[in-house]
Amino acid sequence: MAVPLLTPDWLQIPGFPGADPLAGVLGGALIGLAASFTLLGLGRVAGVSGIAARAFGLSGEGMPRSMAVLFILGLPVGAAILNLLTGRGAGSFPEWPFLLVAGVVVGFGTRLGSGCTSGHGVCGVSRLSARSIVATVTFIFTGIVTILIMRALGVAG
Amino acid sequence: MRNLVSALFAGALFGAGLALSGMTDPMRVRGFLDLFGEWDPTLVFVMGSALLVTAIAWRIQPAMARPLFGEKFSLPTRKDLDSRLITGAALFGVGWGIAGVCPGPGFAALALVPVAAVIFLGGMLGGMILFRFTFDK
Repeated sequence: MAVPLLTPDWLQIPGFPGADPLAGVLGGALIGLAASFTLLGLGRVAGVSGIAARAFGLSGEGMPRSMAVLFILGLPVGAAILNLLTGRGAGSFPEWPFLLVAGVVVGFGTRLGSGCTSGHGVCGVSRLSARSIVATVTFIFTGIVTILIMRALGVAG
Repeated sequence: MRNLVSALFAGALFGAGLALSGMTDPMRVRGFLDLFGEWDPTLVFVMGSALLVTAIAWRIQPAMARPLFGEKFSLPTRKDLDSRLITGAALFGVGWGIAGVCPGPGFAALALVPVAAVIFLGGMLGGMILFRFTFDK
């Protein structure tokens, strides 16, 4: 693996040597702080798909468009700063046909379902919204089934 | 102005969290969804931690008359479970599984793996346009 694990050996979960729970907890806390800041500072839900649609000019609702554009720009800026400071963040992406098809399905699905991992998964579930809990259980389930099918078909992605 | 700087800050904090947590690595995300293979539980810790922090903010929010840098709260109010929600979420999960990328990490990855990010985001923009001209009410 290119990036070494942040989790020291003694904190590693037995049976899952590749997992990085410490990086997960620390990064998750930053994500939570960002969602909290968006809620308490801006009075909005930090749902990336909705904010992206707004930034692209494809949604009539949500935060003012200028704010949406800056929020979206902030995502790579924050990732770049973290990567410069820690060397973390890079990943291995699948081949382009998978990325393109996945992008189309994600774009359409998140608009139809009013949210993605951030809006439903983090903001909605932490609010105990029934819609978001149902959406989150649904997309994790179909994600697991998709991986199962791809494995069965021998498609790596 | 304060609004705009706050929005940039919120996005940057979000992007930094995604990069630190490993969620900008599709292999980690797909590892989490690979429940019957070599399962990677890292995403559980990301979600758990993010949920705990955000749940505190939801406890504070009702006590505030207005957000710190805005006039009023504009939060989702719908409570109905309709077929659009479930179909959309199901489709999103399929796309999430195919590539291991969701919208936040897609944008964050622009700074890390730009070519792959642009391809994913191009597709995502296409999907959003398709929705806009078909099912958008």
